[in-house]
Amino acid sequence: MELLGAIVTLAGSILLFLGALGILRMPDVYNRMQAGTKATTLGSILFLAGISIGHYECGCFGKIIIIILFVIFTNPISSNTLARAAHFAGVKLTERSVKDDLKDDDIENKGEEK
Amino acid sequence: MADLIYNIAAIIALAGIVLSFVRLILGPTIADRAVALDGMTIITISLIVFIAYFSNRVIYLDVAIVYGLISFVGIVAIARYLERGI
Amino acid sequence: MKKGFLFFISLLIVWILLAGIDQQEIIIGAIVSLLLTIIFFSKATIFSEFNLNPKAIFYFLIYIFVFSWELIKSNLDVAFRVIHPTIPINPGIVKVKTKLKSRLGRTILANSITLTPGTLTVETNGEDYYIHWIDVTSDDIEGATKQIVSKFEKYLEVIFG
Repeated sequence: MELLGAIVTLAGSILLFLGALGILRMPDVYNRMQAGTKATTLGSILFLAGISIGHYECGCFGKIIIIILFVIFTNPISSNTLARAAHFAGVKLTERSVKDDLKDDDIENKGEEK
Repeated sequence: MADLIYNIAAIIALAGIVLSFVRLILGPTIADRAVALDGMTIITISLIVFIAYFSNRVIYLDVAIVYGLISFVGIVAIARYLERGI
Repeated sequence: MKKGFLFFISLLIVWILLAGIDQQEIIIGAIVSLLLTIIFFSKATIFSEFNLNPKAIFYFLIYIFVFSWELIKSNLDVAFRVIHPTIPINPGIVKVKTKLKSRLGRTILANSITLTPGTLTVETNGEDYYIHWIDVTSDDIEGATKQIVSKFEKYLEVIFG
């Protein structure tokens, strides 16, 4: 049981590491956000689940479940608001990008004062 | 055996924090830095839970919950600031 | 009344997860949850958007399963792209449309899109979503909608009506 938890934890930590590597290597903000959000979400879920599987005698699954649910709900929202703010603040996409529908439609100046 | 694997996992996660920190220093815009900070926060929450289990202090789990809450609010505040100033 | 009961039960479950199973804690948690339900239920319109029939609950379970599978797939995808020496990306922001009406359903759809392979919701404006796609393979709105949105939409349409 403890060995199973250890292996799950190791898989989670590798995903966390790859997420951080993606944040370092990707060429612009939006691609960094893609790597940072996805890999760290599943990575932290696996890391926490692995620790609580390996040490089940502690009996504090409840708080771990709360933390996991919290990560699942807030991580996409924070990256979504950050991507929106970055686009509105005028951060350019990388040169390898194909298209940008949001810029073409120009809804940013409608309604709110900047 | 299992303890060794747990320690290796923690070291790999810590290396992830170091990589994010490099992006936090290099990042050309504020958004890059905020993304790096977000990634660091998630990895830090995982490591706080790790420390809570391995030093047998259940109270540290509450620290992890509160840290997650505050970092979420902080990232949203940075995003609002980028969008139209405070 | 039924929705109020759902509100009460979810508050109590969160409290039990936080405090652990103990008789005194559960009694106090139940009293406080009941008070909060009475005070805030008329303002909490979020629970009025669920469909509470057996078919919706069954589709909700299937949705969780599909979502977990997509999450694992997206992680393998990101890991492959990060490790590859010449980062194989072809990014762009595309526009898709959704058929969902309820606000909660749209929020959950946007979050699900963020956590699935290669897509990140940047902006929502009514029924239009602007999505940063790491590997753009279709050029028009219909093709992108079919590839990104429709795999979740058919479940969420049943759950939220």
